[in-house]
This record gives sequence, C-alpha cells and structure tokens, in this order.
Amino acid sequence: MYNHITTKEIAALQAICGNANVLYGDAISPEYAHDELGDIRVMPEVVVRVSATEEVSAVMKLAWEKTIPVTVRGSGTGLVGAAVPIYGGILLETTKMNQILGLDPDNLTVRVQPGVLLMDLAAFAEENDFLYPPDPGEKSATIGGNISTNAGGMRAVKYGVTRDYVRSLTVVLPNGEIQTFGASVAKNSSGYSLKDLIVGSEGTLAIICEAVLKLVPLPKVSLSLLVPFSDMKSAIEAVPEIIRSKTTPTAIEYMSRDTILFSESYLGKKFPDTKNDAYILLTFDGNTLEQVESDLSTVAELCLDLGALDAYIVDTEERKKSVWSARGAFLEAIKSSTTEMDECDVVVPGNQVDTFIKYTHQLAADFGVRIPSFGHAGDGNLHVYICRDSLSDADWEKVKADCFDRMYEKAVALGGLVSGEHGIGYAKKEYLRRQYGDTPIALMQGIKKVFDEKNILNPGKVCF
Amino acid sequence: MKILTCIKQVPGSNNVEVDPVTGVLKRSGVSSKINPYDLYAIEAALALKEQFGGSVDTITMGPPQAKAVIEEAVCMGARQGTVLSDRKFAGADVLATAYTLAQGIRKCGQYDLIICGKQTTDGDTAQVGAEVAEYLGIPNVANVLSVDGYRDGKLQLTVSLDEAVICEEIALPCLISMDSDVNTPRLPSYKVKRTLTDDVIRFLSFADFEDQNPDHYGLSGSATQVERIFPPEKVSEKQTVTGDAETQAQTLFSLLKQRKML
Repeated sequence: MYNHITTKEIAALQAICGNANVLYGDAISPEYAHDELGDIRVMPEVVVRVSATEEVSAVMKLAWEKTIPVTVRGSGTGLVGAAVPIYGGILLETTKMNQILGLDPDNLTVRVQPGVLLMDLAAFAEENDFLYPPDPGEKSATIGGNISTNAGGMRAVKYGVTRDYVRSLTVVLPNGEIQTFGASVAKNSSGYSLKDLIVGSEGTLAIICEAVLKLVPLPKVSLSLLVPFSDMKSAIEAVPEIIRSKTTPTAIEYMSRDTILFSESYLGKKFPDTKNDAYILLTFDGNTLEQVESDLSTVAELCLDLGALDAYIVDTEERKKSVWSARGAFLEAIKSSTTEMDECDVVVPGNQVDTFIKYTHQLAADFGVRIPSFGHAGDGNLHVYICRDSLSDADWEKVKADCFDRMYEKAVALGGLVSGEHGIGYAKKEYLRRQYGDTPIALMQGIKKVFDEKNILNPGKVCF
Repeated sequence: MKILTCIKQVPGSNNVEVDPVTGVLKRSGVSSKINPYDLYAIEAALALKEQFGGSVDTITMGPPQAKAVIEEAVCMGARQGTVLSDRKFAGADVLATAYTLAQGIRKCGQYDLIICGKQTTDGDTAQVGAEVAEYLGIPNVANVLSVDGYRDGKLQLTVSLDEAVICEEIALPCLISMDSDVNTPRLPSYKVKRTLTDDVIRFLSFADFEDQNPDHYGLSGSATQVERIFPPEKVSEKQTVTGDAETQAQTLFSLLKQRKML
C-alpha cells in the first residue's frame, strides 16, 4: 500500500533539505527507531532534518505524490511510540526548527517553531517577565511534541494544559499545503476549531511548523510545600480536602519514599527528607508574599489536621531545586531501577485518585511485581509504571498485559480516561478503542480521512 | 556536643543591583534569605547533634530584621540563636565582622564546635570563619567535605585542598567551614514555625561586649578600604559548534584551550 524510498526520492529530499540533512542507510542512528520508552522499534528508511516550513511542505508534496509514509519526530521523548515510523518511510525531524520567532507583549503571546525545547521556551518567557504555564516533567521535549500530545504537566491544577495556551498553528497538511488555523486572538467562535483538532492529534493530521502561544505575567512569588505523611493512603486522602479549601495551588504532586530513593540514586543527590513513606508536594504562586503565604499556611494547617507529620517550607531557589529536580527525574529514575518498564498515564476524577492508587498497590501484590507511581494528584493524572525486574520474556508480556487490562478497566470504571497527557500513539490504541467503542473511533477515523485520505501521515497511530 | 553555627542574611535573589554611585547593594525592597552556603553548615551541625547528641545554636550579625535567619535555623532544628545588632557594627569588613562575631560568641558561652559556611553569596570573601577562629584562639579547618567521626574529643574530617582530598583530625574546641554542596540541607518546618516565640532569639549590642573600644567594630575597625564596587560586565557571547561529533569535540577543545579554560 505504501511505496518505499528509492535513490530517486533520496535525491529529491537532498535537493529540498541539503545532503547533510538527509540520512539513510547506515547513517541512521538506531535511536531514530524508538522513542523514550523504547519497546516499539522500527527503523525509518530515511531521516530528513527540516529547517523551514517550505521544506516541510516540499517533503510532504513528494511523499503525497509517491504515497510514502511520513512520521514526525521532535526530541523523541514520547512514551507511547507516536514518533516511531511503524511503516518505515520518511522520519521528519523538527529539532532544527528551534527558533523563538518573537514575543508580542501587547497580545501576551510568543511565536515559536516546533523544535523549540520546553526548557528554552520557559527560560525565554521568564527572562521577559512572563510565564508559559504548561510544565510537563520532560523539559527537553519540543514544544511541537507538547502540542501534539496536549501535554499537561505540574501546573495544570491552576493553569490548565497546553491546549489552553495555543492561539494559532501554522501547519503543513499531508498534501503539502500550508495553512494557519486559529489566530493571535483571545476569543474565537469562527467555525469548527481546526487548531484544536491538531492539538493532541499526535502528528496524524498535519505537521506543526509554527505556533503562537499564550503567556501570562510571571507571578512575583512562588512557594512550595513538601508535606510528609506516614503512608500513601493518608497523603492521597488529603488531596480532595486541599482542593476543597479553594486555595488554588498551581501543583499538587504525590510521591512515595521508594520513588524518591530511586531518584536519589539516579541523580546522585540526596532529597531533603526521606524519613516518611509518602509525600505531597504543592506549589502556590501569586503577586504578593502575603497572599501566597496565606494560601500556604491554610493548606499546611489543613494537612496537619489531616494527619500530616509536618509541612516543610520550600521557599528559596536552592530549596526548590533540591525538591523539584528530584521530581523532574522520577521517570528516568524508575527506568534506571529496573530492566524494562511500561507506563500507564491514566487520568481519573480528582476524588478517585486515592482509589486508583490503592488499586495499583493491590495489583502489585496480586501479580508479585513492582508498580511504582507518581503524578499529578491535583488533576487526577497518574503515572504508573510496571517494572519487569527479573521476569522472563513470557512472564513479562503476560503480567504487563494483565496489569494494563485491569488498570485501564479500573480507570474507566472510576470515570477516567486512557491518557491524561502522554497520548495514545501506537502503544495505547487498543485501550482507547475498548473505552470509546465503535462510534467515537469511527468519527476519529473520519476526521483523519478528511485531512489525509492517503493515510500517509503517521499511519498506524491513535485511531487506525 | 555543643555546636554553634555562624550564619548570615543575604539578598534572596542573585540579581541584586549595585548602586553605581555609592557602590552599595540595593537591598531595599529585595527579599532576603539565609546565605545558601550557611545551610550546609546548619545541616552538618544538626546531623552531628543527631549522631552524637548535644545542641545546635546559631549566631548572626546584622540589622534587627536579621532575626529572620535565626528563626529559620530554629525551624530547621536549631535550639536558639543570637543576633549581634548595633549601628556601630555597620560597614564592617571581614576583619571587623570576625572580631564582632568573636566578641559575641564569647558572650554566648563555651562551644565545642563552631561551624561556618564556605563564604557568602553577597561578599564572597570566604575569610570570616578562619578569622573568627583566630580571634577565639582555636584551631580551624576550611573546605570540609564531611565530618566522618568523633572520638576521644577529636573530629575526623575529609577536607578538600582543591587538587587533593585529605583526611584530618582536629581536637575540640575548634571551628570548621563546610565546603559547598556537601549535603542536602533539610527544609524548615512549618510545624515549628507556627509555634515560634521570641524566646528563641537573643539580641546583643555593643554595650554587651567585653571590648568597649568602638574603633574595633564596624567601619572604624575595618582594615579594608573599598575604592569601588561595581557589577561585573555582562557578556553574552554565543558560538555554535557544528560538524560531526569528532569535529565538534576538537573545535570545542581548541576553543576552551584558547580561552585558558583547560
């Protein structure tokens, strides 16, 4: 159904992007065959490093004409195989399109290319006294990848997710046509939101080549609170009470002692406190110290009433770094603690977090495997990892499948969804299909066909 | 073991401006915090107390609002602290600061061990610890990486000498200055903070000291003449190294060597 790359296409791609930016044969690093989780591996036939929207357009015109599959890749930090070229063909890498094109302080927006790293965008915004609120843990992800998965991150409790900050997108459609969806405006009731269809579509509908993103004024004060509990049950049970307190923390993260110890070992850096079994980490921000301290005190008192053993104040850059750098390394830390792992990124209603976490503990006991987790307790998005450790190939596949089946079933039963922020990609398609059923999947397939009737853009992902 | 830590209140941000006319740091309206280097000293002191028993007190010199750093140290686990505060102490250089601290420490009582940070983020002189020891007539060791043990009235230390790491033993009473990044300082406790009272803080002024000669304190007692303080010139140069891995490594090596960084 798809055509393969021949020397003719290689020459055409070299003419578009320059010889140095077209990799084929042995020049393709095995890294291009997989994403961060690594268990789905397919080598592309050619890697193209694009530098401009016009190049993307020319590549897509060629691919459309020749019916060659194209998969877009940013930093390759995805966790569900969305950037793996399942059908070979062209892997189009956007990391060279990494320019911040301009700040618009009048409209509170920034215009960026898709290869800009989240950490660079965050730093740029702060240097200009603004905040780009979406804050996923993987700071070396590209903003194009963040938009493609509608990444959320740690500040979602107060600020929302990536979708809430995308004003417009300039994209290349599968046939090579360049289009801009949305505009640098605050309101938009102008027909179907094509921009919002692209957000979270995991590179299946169009290739993001430019984005206008909303910024907010940088809050003047930000304080965190690390609250230790004697067990995870008490910690998680405190979260709905915190939400009810109307103090609007920007982040409510939960973490277990085990996960913190993995992080210590991975980073070679001690965490400020590891004496207790479970912790909640909260952040508060605002424009006056009095207001932020008042919120912090309200929650600290509430937590102490609910059985917290203390509430540690994280108020300086050094303290924030010591706590949040560990939090940012949890995924890598768990990964380095085992031989192989797979992840579940379910999202459940906030008041069901406790039930779901307890369920994962029960599963771990039933199946005799480690299932560490951490995540965004405040918005119900949990990152749960099944660790292979010393299991044989056959046992691992079976345990993994059984645990995932049960976890996704439980999430759905609790009113949750398959993915909170990592996406569906290739790995979670079956669970999406099971949850949504025929009609929603058929609607998604219909949308995909309208954008890409030849199904050349990231085929085999999300709903196909 | 009776331990005293010397701490200082510094600006809360590294981006404090310097007044181009007076050369003085513009502190007004700027938040403040414990000198980050001193946190390693407090953590080392609290860990020693947990291991060998005893108490941890703190001392600082500064305006009355410097009591905030004593309160914070108490929230981290210290027992109490002393603020040395008097207009006569203003404008002190490292020598006058060390002398004032030594006078204050004598007034606070006998300590087995005094622990300082390596330096401060606002002054960066890294001399106060050693000078306090000199004024108190006790031995001192700087750049301490870890306190490895305590037996027969002596501490076993691992110490950095830049190009080498040595193990030393030092008899108490003594003063040690902790190197930076040698531990992860514990966080201040909200639970302690909400029960804090003024009882944990004592103020001492010039009138409380044994040496009543004002020429030994503040600007008059300072040996250093500051001609000018200015912020370092900000240079933001960017160079992109391209090519394959081998070429990039070679180019980077040559660049670093050229600039005498290697």
